[in-house]
Amino acid sequence: MSAPRSFEELFTTTSPWLLGEGPHAEMVLSTRIRLARNLRDVPFTHRAREEQLQGVLASVTSAAQQSAALRDGLLLRMSECTPIERQVLVERHLVSHELGDGARPRGILVARDQRLSLMINEEDHLRLQALTPGFQLAEAWSLADRADDELDPSLEFAFSEEIGYLTSCPTNAGTGLRASVLIHLPALVLLEEIQQVLKSVMQVGLNVRGLYGEHSEVMGNLFQISNQTTLGRSERDSIESLERVTRQIIETEERARERMVRDARVQIEDKVWRAYGTLRYCRSVHAREVINLCSAVRLGVALNLPGLCALRTLNELLVLAQPAHLQRAHGGELSPAERNIVRAQLVRERLAAAEHGTGANPQG
Amino acid sequence: MLCQICGKNPATVHFTEIHDNRMSEIHVCERCAEEKGMQAAASQHKFEIADLLAGMVDAMTQTDEERVGHVQCPRCGLLYSSFKETGRLGCAECYAAFQFQLRPLLRRIHGDTRHRGKQPSRGGEGATRTRQIQRLHDELQRAVEREDFEKAAGVRDEIRRLEAEQATQPAPKARP
Repeated sequence: MSAPRSFEELFTTTSPWLLGEGPHAEMVLSTRIRLARNLRDVPFTHRAREEQLQGVLASVTSAAQQSAALRDGLLLRMSECTPIERQVLVERHLVSHELGDGARPRGILVARDQRLSLMINEEDHLRLQALTPGFQLAEAWSLADRADDELDPSLEFAFSEEIGYLTSCPTNAGTGLRASVLIHLPALVLLEEIQQVLKSVMQVGLNVRGLYGEHSEVMGNLFQISNQTTLGRSERDSIESLERVTRQIIETEERARERMVRDARVQIEDKVWRAYGTLRYCRSVHAREVINLCSAVRLGVALNLPGLCALRTLNELLVLAQPAHLQRAHGGELSPAERNIVRAQLVRERLAAAEHGTGANPQG
Repeated sequence: MLCQICGKNPATVHFTEIHDNRMSEIHVCERCAEEKGMQAAASQHKFEIADLLAGMVDAMTQTDEERVGHVQCPRCGLLYSSFKETGRLGCAECYAAFQFQLRPLLRRIHGDTRHRGKQPSRGGEGATRTRQIQRLHDELQRAVEREDFEKAAGVRDEIRRLEAEQATQPAPKARP
């Protein structure tokens, strides 16, 4: 993938994590690794003065030039983005809500292939993120680990032998690692077994969140599962434990799907096609409804029902149907009611194009 | 039913949130839902730290608490009491300044207080070796737990070799 040279280019390309590729892509949308780092001699972002943060931006971007992975990336300063553009980056999972506030010298560096990005002056000075499609923890870790090694010689990170990498919030101290998978679990939700699964996930020290991270709601049967602790275990240990548990969840969901299809095939197909029909012909639709309907269609695709769209189309809709994406594409602000109309049009067009492309027949 | 956020409009959107290992139902109006969907997050985790700390200082007397609250980071000037409020430390030095208060907190959060992950290159060769020995000790323990004694013996030999190296070259040599 060629490097995006402007916000516009970034906006018009599909984020790699939405490609619907990679192992278990029908169930695991994406895998993310995040590393938190701070510069030793500068107060943490919320206590630093404006000029100190400017200094962090400058030294981090210059260090990035020494990194093969980050060199020639696209640097977007939050102060130079409009509120809608900043929100677009949040919706793409490139920046956090916190960075989405453009008041301070903050920015994001997006690497050429868009799988790696570096948030600068978020809660921590650096938040390095690798975001890959499908279930690929080892690959995502190796991307982030390598970029971290490449930045390391040029930056003096805040580190103590005992506590490890020092972070603004003690919940991230140690490895500064957050490894997570975004996983789709419709059968466990439908069969009301999800509570039990989530409970056991939490018992083994992992954390479950909604689509947009911390405290965000669960929509479209999408769950983000991540490591909770960062001290006392190596990065590899944390990642392996997430990997193991995710594999178990995948198997549990697969078994639940098999049972569901065996006991209620017609009802499931009916649900899938009704969802598809609504998306294909709606005239006004809320973002949450799109996400929920796409969940049903995604289940249909995973069950190999013929005539539905590609995973990639569903993944793209997840992001393109969000408020800021709609408004950026439209070229200005829209009221929630206007958005619902524009959104419905976008969804219809995307699905029609996909049908045209694949020769699918919704009459099935 | 009225919206649980603004308390004005009727609640038309119902969703599930996971917080503190519990799933809970929330009922809100469309406008608040739209905003919440995208913006709920960022500021909330500091309250988790505050809650954790509140639970821990229960045992302290008021004077203890006041005394601890006045501990200040010599470098950035952050008061411990203000960390308690915000859940955020001021600079790298705060970890040393508040070490006695932070240690139980870190243990509560992570179940451990000792780093076992990667480290910056400037730690030098000596530090790398220390970490490597630490990692091998962990591996040794796991091998013993699995009753894989052949593996354990190999790991033990490797630890001995590194410890001998450490004894002969005690000064860490910084890498460029």
